[in-house]
Amino acid sequence: MKVLQIVETAYRATTEEQDDTVIWISHAMRGASAELGVLLTGNAVNYVAGEQDGSGLMLGAWRQTQPPAPAQDLAALMRKDVPVYCVREDLAERGLMECKLLEGIVLMSRNQLPRLFGEYDQVWRW
Amino acid sequence: MATKHTLTFVLMDAPFESARTTTAFRLLHAALDRGYDVNVFAYEGAVALSFAKQAQHPNAVHGRDVAQEDHPLSKNWIAALMAHARTRGADLKWVNCGLCVDERGVGEAIEGARRGSPADCWKMAQQSTATLVIPTK
Repeated sequence: MKVLQIVETAYRATTEEQDDTVIWISHAMRGASAELGVLLTGNAVNYVAGEQDGSGLMLGAWRQTQPPAPAQDLAALMRKDVPVYCVREDLAERGLMECKLLEGIVLMSRNQLPRLFGEYDQVWRW
Repeated sequence: MATKHTLTFVLMDAPFESARTTTAFRLLHAALDRGYDVNVFAYEGAVALSFAKQAQHPNAVHGRDVAQEDHPLSKNWIAALMAHARTRGADLKWVNCGLCVDERGVGEAIEGARRGSPADCWKMAQQSTATLVIPTK
């Protein structure tokens, strides 16, 4: 069974979890041989901005030692043969087409999404 | 002589669910940094922020053990801010809604966090320069 994971909510507790929880569970399920794809839509397209830096959080004397790195986590997911798609129009609306995008991301127009959905047995919208 | 300000924050989000939690804690830090006294009323899911039994875990996806992962825990953030308050001559009061605590079974809070009621929230707000509610969505 092939499942497409749609991620729309961005940075949902990523600082606390040091991960995007849906990207994380995709890694974990891939480790259990799941056949997956990931589609980034809405604000989650910001994850493909390759030069983002989530480090530096400090609260009192507490320092975060392992800040979230969603772009690197997506890159690692692609190295595990999980394709990562990103909606081109959502990138453009946010002015992100000009920034350095994560290598290997597949940009798709919204009108291509029905065909993409058809390539998967199930679509899970998180 | 400058007036000592007190700010009250009402939090609703449970830990590990929303970026609003991190933002709220950064606001608390900024206020304490300026020497303001700060009250927090934790309502609904936010009562778990101070739950003493929160525990770190390894992250197999990142290939890190418990120590390397050094997973953030909101109870530690609260403790760090309470310590920070003391260094800044400020006071951080943390009050959990008691009924919300009971519903969730998170009665074991860290030292310095106490059980209270909406009446405490109202009293803190009355005694504050300003109150900011950061609701859940």
